[in-house]
Parts: sequence; structure tokens; C-alpha cells
Amino acid sequence: MILVFLALGLWVAMWLLNTRLANGPYANKRSVRMLVPAIFGLTILAVWELLVRGLNVPMVILPAPSQVAATFWDEMPTLWLDFQQTFIKGALSGYIIGCGAAFLMAILVDRYDFLKRGLLPVGNFVAALPIVGTAPILVMWFGFDWQSKAAVVVVMVFFPMLVNTVAGLQETTAMQRDLMRTYGAGYWPSLTKLRLPAAMPFVFNGLKISTTLALIGAIVAEFFGSPTMGMGFRISTSVGQLALDMVWAEIVVAALAGSAFYGIVAMAEKSLTFWHPSQRK
Amino acid sequence: MGKWLPVLTVILAIFAGWYATVPFMNIKETLSALERAGAVVTPDSPIERRDAPSFALVVKNSFAVPATYAQDRPRLPAPHQVALDLWQTTVEKKITSKRSLVYHGWITLSATLLGFVIGTGGGILLAVGIVHSRAMDMSVMPWAIASQTIPILAIAPMIIVVLNSVGIQGLVPKAIISAYLSFFPVVVGMVKGLRAPDAMQLDLLKTYHATQAQVFWKLRLPASMPYLFASLKIGVAAALVGAIVAELPAGGARGLGGRMLTGSYYGQMVQIWSALVLAAVLAAVLVLLIGLAQRMTLKRMGLT
Repeated sequence: MILVFLALGLWVAMWLLNTRLANGPYANKRSVRMLVPAIFGLTILAVWELLVRGLNVPMVILPAPSQVAATFWDEMPTLWLDFQQTFIKGALSGYIIGCGAAFLMAILVDRYDFLKRGLLPVGNFVAALPIVGTAPILVMWFGFDWQSKAAVVVVMVFFPMLVNTVAGLQETTAMQRDLMRTYGAGYWPSLTKLRLPAAMPFVFNGLKISTTLALIGAIVAEFFGSPTMGMGFRISTSVGQLALDMVWAEIVVAALAGSAFYGIVAMAEKSLTFWHPSQRK
Repeated sequence: MGKWLPVLTVILAIFAGWYATVPFMNIKETLSALERAGAVVTPDSPIERRDAPSFALVVKNSFAVPATYAQDRPRLPAPHQVALDLWQTTVEKKITSKRSLVYHGWITLSATLLGFVIGTGGGILLAVGIVHSRAMDMSVMPWAIASQTIPILAIAPMIIVVLNSVGIQGLVPKAIISAYLSFFPVVVGMVKGLRAPDAMQLDLLKTYHATQAQVFWKLRLPASMPYLFASLKIGVAAALVGAIVAELPAGGARGLGGRMLTGSYYGQMVQIWSALVLAAVLAAVLVLLIGLAQRMTLKRMGLT
């Protein structure tokens, strides 16, 4: 019981401290802006640990963070293999193929008005559908290995990326296009020198949305059949064995991979669209 | 006409491509079945056929093409097969039957709607808290944004099994996953919406000596409506995906996700496709309904 009270006390203390920091004179300092969410996250972890120990929650319901960390450390080789199978082979290859194909398709769609008026409504419609549902079909066609996962990812990222890129290619103003025309620039020079750079913020928006979709697609596709490794496979089998510490360790890997993937794309965006107002300090 | 012609052309092209692909996807199984029935196929050894490209098989056995559209267990069912199966499982079956897609669709839809309501309600409440408390804003908001880069869906099987071992079964675990998935888009959109009024408008209300509650009800909440509806659309689609994925590990083969899983176990492609089409229709209807509510609300508020 002492541990439970300790958890409650810790929560209250954190809240007081954060309220203090957030309303204090240094609230707009960069360090405080980083510190407050970090304190919040660490407190949640500590409260979780204390509650699990204090209430003797069995591991099959909720393992303590320390248990998860220990499993993460011990099972590092397995987790690394799963990561390679799901993320590098499945998600990343599908992401590159899907986003690349959508990008080329968007340029084609943008060139022909008929395609734009026909394909965009369809693309907008498809982007809202539960595309994960194609996973069982694609697993049957492409087999259990990473190819089928990559295929699911391609289907999932294609339409969000297409819709975003087409929207970006329409971003230039009439004035800018007229200026290009007065320079005597044809279709290709104005595409590469004006419209593609102007589309970049939208392209990166599509790329960022697709990072999460790619991981979800690769993991969920493994629930429908996979070789004996991969993050989705490990999650579903470990859940079956009630080895919840392993499931949580796998979730940690997924979270790290997801945020790192997103972070890398966001960094690329920062260095390529430095001119855009949204990137100004 | 000018608006619909391109869309219809694209849809027609998709169906034409679908019909054109069917023979190539199904030719191998069709030839094996025809051979067993006594037909002469080239090449006649199954091993040679296995290694031959589908294109060559279709060209050499063009008589078999009609049969590829009528396979019992096709690798790629033709659209009319899916439509027929949909008709049989929705209209011709009693809706209480376990083979009725309406029955399975309702299971998924009820979990989706319950989860969507919980997730949206919770999301709006948290957003209100974030907008009014600076400590909450600085503590929670970075995590809410970061959580959108994480494949949350991966924890679905765990939630199902854990709740099952605590004794909670059926609708609620699936609704929790749906709620969880629709929660974060609503939080992020709603925070943006509640902050949409600019300093000038807030200052005006201050000159009226308005209380914080009045500012909320008269300015912030109405101003957030366009943002709320945009995130509701994302949220309801996410909730449906959550409910479908939640049905995969639940066993019992109930719901659209269950239909997909049993279909993939027994090689019943047509069943998977029908479940997929129904899921797509559900998603489209839900998004359309929210769009309709959005149009009506914004019109009454004079925002459009």
C-alpha cells in the first residue's frame, strides 16, 4: 500500500512542479519546454512501476517498465531480427516503392487535367478507406515473406502521397507561373524550377503521414501470416503465450522505429524546405 | 456531366483492368481443375505449368479464359463474383445468421461507433483541459503529437487478450481500441480549433468583461467547429480500422475482421473481398454522414 501512496504523492508533486514551471518566468525557454514533458513522461513511468509493484499486478496483465526494459535488453538479438524483417525489408521497401510510384503518378496526373479530375476524387475516397483490409489478400498473393508486407505498405501509402503531391503541384500562383512563361520556360523547366520546389512542403506532408502508415501496414500484415520472425508475428505469438513483457518490448521497438523514421523525414524536410514560412524561426 | 465523366472513366478503367487481370491470376488453378475434368491443356504436365509464366498459359489455353471467371476459389475473384457473394450474404441470408455479412458488419459497426463516441468525447475533454491549463498543455501536448508517429495499432492484440483475461469480452475491448485510435487525432485537431480565435477576438471579449466560460462557449467552441469536423472524419476512419484489426486476435471469427481472418485461413478469397467491400462502404458512409453534419452545422453557423 505504501508504494501506491508513494505513486499518488509523486503524481501530485509532479503536477505542482510542472504547474510551477509552466506558469513561471522561464516558461518560454527552450530548456523548460523540453523539461516539462520529460518530467511528465518520467513520472508516468515511475507511477506505473510503483502501482504495478504496490498492487501486485500479475505480469500477464501489465508488466512493470523495469521488466520491459530487462526483456528489451535480454532479447536484443531477437528484437533486432524482427526489426530488420518488419521495418527494413517490409516497411521501408514498401514505403520507397509506394511513395516513389505515387510521386511519379502525381506528376502524370497533374499534367493531364482529365486524369486529375477523374483520379483525385477516387484517390480522396480510397485514402479514407480501411486499406489495411487488403492485407489478407496481398499475403495470399505474395506469400508469407516480406514481399507481401511491402505490397500492403505500397497500397497503404500510395493514395495519401498521391493526393498530397497533386495538391502541392497546384500550389504556385498565377503570377509565378506567368513569370516563368515570360522567361520562355516550357513545361519541364517550370516543373523542375518552380512547381516541384513549391510542392515540397506538401510532398513532405505526404511522406510524414506515410511513415506511420508504413509501419502499421507492415505490422498488421504479419497478423495474417509471416515467417517466424517480424514485429507483428512476435506480438501476436507472445500475446498467445501471455509473455506480455516481450509484447511491450516489441511495442517499444515499434515506437522508437516510428518516431525515428518520422524524425528523419522531418529533418530532411527542414533542410530541403528551409525557405518555407512554416520553417522560419 | 463535366464533373462525373472523368470519375466514371477512371472507375470504368479500374474495373476493366480488374477483369483483364483475372485470367492471368487464376489460370493455373483453372487449368488444373479442367485437366482433372478431362480437358486437354497445354502443357499437360503440372510441373511445367507451375513454372510457366501465366501470360504464356493464357495464350496457349485461350479456351480456358471463361472458366477463370467462374472459379470456386479464385486467387482474384472477378467483380461480379464479389457482387454476387455480397448479394447472397447480405440480402438473401437472414441477418441473424452467422453467415450473414449484415450480422458481422453490425458487430464491427457497433464497436466502431461506441469507440468513436468514447474517443471523441475524451479527446474533446482533454483538448479543453489543454487549452485552459498551461501545465497540461506543456506536459501532455508533446506526447499527444509524438504518439501520432507511433504505430498504436500494434497494441490491439494485447489489449484484447489482457481484457479477456480480466473477464471483459465482446464489444468493449474492440471499442477501447477504436476509441484509442480516434482519440489523438481529435485531441490535436480540437486544440488547434480552440486556439483558432485570434488575439483581436479574444481582446474584444475581454472588453465585454466576459468570463472564461463565456469565452469558451461563445467564441472558442464555435470557432473550433471546422477543425473538429476535419478531425472527426479522420477519427471515424481510424476507429473503423481499429475495430477491424481488433477482431483479428479476438478469435470466434465474428465481425468483418473475423471474416477476413477465416477467409485467409480457408483460402476463401471471395469472402475476404466481400468483407473488404463492406468495410469500405461502411467507412464511406460514416465519412459522408460526418461530412453532411459538417455542412449542416457550418451552414447554420454561417461559416460556409
